[in-house]
Parts: sequence; structure tokens; C-alpha cells
Amino acid sequence: MIYADNAATTKMSELAINTLINTVREVYGNPSSLHSTGQKAKKILEDARVDVASVINANFKEIYFTSGGSEADNQAIISAARLGEKKGKKHIISSAFEHHAVLHTLNKLEKEGFDITLLDVHENGLVVPEELEAAIREDTCLVTIMFANNEIGTIQPIREIGAICRKHGVLFHTDAVQAAGHLHIDVEKDNIDMLSASSHKFNGPKGVGFLYAKKGIALTNIIEGGAQEKGKRAGTENVPGIVSMAAALKDAASRIDEHKEILSKKRDRLIEGLKEIPHSALNGDDKNRLPSNVNFCFEGIEGESLLLLLDNKGIQASSGSACTSGSLDPSHVLLAIGRVHDVAHGSLRLSINEEVTDDEIETIIKDVKEVVEYLRGFSPVWRELVNGEREYIL
Amino acid sequence: MALYSDKVMDHFLNPRNVGIIEDADGVGEVGNAKCGDIMKIYLKIEDDIVKDVKFETFGCGSAIASSSMATELIKGKPVSEAMTLTNKAVAEALDGLPAHKMHCSVLAEEAIQSALNDYYSKNPEKKLEGGN
Repeated sequence: MIYADNAATTKMSELAINTLINTVREVYGNPSSLHSTGQKAKKILEDARVDVASVINANFKEIYFTSGGSEADNQAIISAARLGEKKGKKHIISSAFEHHAVLHTLNKLEKEGFDITLLDVHENGLVVPEELEAAIREDTCLVTIMFANNEIGTIQPIREIGAICRKHGVLFHTDAVQAAGHLHIDVEKDNIDMLSASSHKFNGPKGVGFLYAKKGIALTNIIEGGAQEKGKRAGTENVPGIVSMAAALKDAASRIDEHKEILSKKRDRLIEGLKEIPHSALNGDDKNRLPSNVNFCFEGIEGESLLLLLDNKGIQASSGSACTSGSLDPSHVLLAIGRVHDVAHGSLRLSINEEVTDDEIETIIKDVKEVVEYLRGFSPVWRELVNGEREYIL
Repeated sequence: MALYSDKVMDHFLNPRNVGIIEDADGVGEVGNAKCGDIMKIYLKIEDDIVKDVKFETFGCGSAIASSSMATELIKGKPVSEAMTLTNKAVAEALDGLPAHKMHCSVLAEEAIQSALNDYYSKNPEKKLEGGN
């Protein structure tokens, strides 16, 4: 079995599993309790906060633990919106291919009267800093641009975007769910005011993540209740999850360069191999992309049947076809980079990890080629393309 | 995958009646590439019997399985019977489809209807007989 869906979720590392189990067993106290059992939990919770902060060069006071990336995205955006509207600023800039945790929160704010500008991400899946600068207005209260895209893996010019936001005095949030633990992040140098991350994307447990919010940014609560997380996120802390996440993040961060070198070679071989399939195209920039991410469109076939056949061959991947999303439209990310519906339905995302061997990379290439050819063999769309009754798009 | 029944997976992985019929008596195509589903059905009809049927499908696993099952259900049957094939019958024969995939069985029903209508338009006298 070849698991090539690490952008969806990762397998927990042995370190994260052991840390989780040990913490569940040994440290059951409530960090809010004054007795020693509670204080023991408080201690490791705060140690975890220091560890997480150190990985992104933040202060531990700037880290808020959440249930995951979605909650962190929601809280960051809502907080910036509430701060903005107090000053009469109700304009937010984002991009067309953000995660739905961002886009749906922006939709909600739009219904409240906020004005939302979604920047074009162009054919290569990259935001252009000059276009961002041009979009900033007097009433802009937030720029939220993802660090790396979850489907096509393109890495945004975060430092430049952050610098522009600083220059104009606009808050900058980045959804770093795909980046944390995989790319170097320095919130100071990168000019980031708020950042969201999710543990299960870097071999930590599910159901836990964090929000970094620069000192001085008053957060708005999404969950009301007790005074946990400096009163900004109620609910007894998921201590085992948080401690395990911190261990996973520290471990992942210590191996970013090593992994990048290994993975980018495998990625580039995958891209080279899959490009040999006629009428196919890589989605997103070939250089500025996560070392783990390969995303292709194949003309004349549909993605779900491609995934099922690959799964049957022991390869697990993902697609942006409508049938896999449960909606009528294919992936908004593929549409945002200009892929038309017809070909967006035929997409394949492979997100590898360092455990995938070179032989397995060759197996993936061979099997994808076979499956695409098989499906094209009885696709009426492919027949029309071959017969010249329909024009090739790719 | 538990997404689909064993029957669906069987018809998806080993689709029956795949291909085209060069001298088909009726051809029907429904759906469009924009929506991600196209089904094309080819019929060979002799003595008011569906002698042969083939399909080509661009679509998801359940679209391919629905096409396969629908062709199996009408193969060797009188045209009058093929005309009454419902999407429900296709879905039931596949031991059910997930709710959001039921449209695949509808597409299969429509593709067969479309191929039969093509046959009738080429053989109007048959339509009269069928109507009697």
C-alpha cells in the first residue's frame, strides 16, 4: 500500500503516539485545578506552548491552542473583522483559492456588510504582491493569504505579502496548515500577525491545532466559557493532544531541510513521469510548491474513477473532481487557476511523504499511466477528442 | 472502500459490455463533460430484441457501474421491456447507491431511453407497433 494523501492527513509519528499515550496515562489533571495533579498538567501544557512558539519564532504568550486549523482560521478572521469594524474598516483581502475555513468565514462576514476582495491566483497558483498592494484600501482591516495551497501546493510569497501589509498598517493572517512543520516559518521575519496550524498535517494527533496572534491583537472568542487560553478560548485543554502536537511539530521542524531535499527529488520525478501522459498538465507552479505535492489534470477522464482504480492497485490519493467533493462543481482551487470544468474533473493530487520509496514512485507513475489509459479507453469524451470532434484543452 | 456496495465495485472494476457498436441501430448520449458525467449507449436490435448493447462512460465509479448494470438489465430483452427500465431498477440491482450518486442511475436510464428514441426515429414503424 502506498499512502500518497498526506495533504489530507498524516500518519502519527511514533514520537507523537508515545507522547500522546504517556500523557493520557500519566497526566490526567485539569490545568485549571490548583492541586498538584492539576498543576502538573498546567506545567506540561505551558512547556508545549513554549515549544510551539519556538518553532515559528513567536513568544509563548502569542500561542493559543485550538481544536485545529479551521477553528484557528475562524478565530483569526473574526477577530480581525471585529477590530476593523470598530474603526469603521470593513474591507478584507484574500485569495480565490483559500481553504473553505477561510472562504466560508469571509462569506459570513460579507453577509454582515464586509467588503471582500479575492485576489487572482493566476495560472501558476501564486498571488502577485503588487496586485495585493494595489488592492489595499483605507478601510482594509485584514489580508488573509494561505502559506501553501492544500490542493496544488503552491507556496505564496508570504514575506513580501507580510511586508506590504506592515507598510500599510493592515493585519496579516496566514493559514499555514499545509506549511507548518514542512516549511521554515519565522513570524518576525515573515511579517506575520496571525497564523493558523493543524497538528494532524505534521504527524501529530487530530483534533488539535493552534493560532498564533501577535502581542497586542485582541482576539474575539469563538467558544465562550471558562478562562482557558487567557480567556480567549474556553474549554478544558486537550493536554495530551497539545503535548503530542508540540512534540510532533518540534520533530518535524528539525527535519525540514532534510525532508525537503528527499521529497523534492521524488516530487520532481513524479512530475517528470506523469508529464509523459499525453494531454495532461501539472497544476500550479513547478518550483514554488510544497516538496510533497504533485497535482495533475488528465483530459478525458473523471477523477473519482481514477482514485478508485488506483486504490484498487494499492495507491491512495485524492482528486478535485465534483464526485469526490460531493458537490456539483469541481475544486474551487482548480477553477481559480483557470482550469475549466471539463478538465478539473479529471484531477489527481498525490501528496507524498519521505517514507515513499523511489521504487514506489515508479510504481505510482506506471499505475497512473495504466489507469488513465484504461479509463480513456471507454471514455466518450476521449473518443471525441481523438476523432477530432472535440478540441483538446490540455 | 465502503463508499460503494460490493456490487457497484464489481461492475466498476469489471464493467460489462464496454465498447462501441460500429453499425448500431440506436445510439444515445446524455450528460456533459462540464458536469463530469457522459454516458453513451449503443444498441443492436433484431426482431424487437436488444441483441447487443455497449457503453462508453466518462464519469465516476457509480456512473461506470450504473452503465454496466443498465446494459446487463436490457441485454437480450424485448425493446418494449428495455423502454421501461427505471433508474430505481438500476440502483436496486447494484444493491443501492449513495444518495448523492443516485443521479448516475438516472443518467443510465436516460442514456438507454435516448438510444431507443434514436432507434425509433430511424425506424418509425417500430414506434407505432410499440405504441399499440
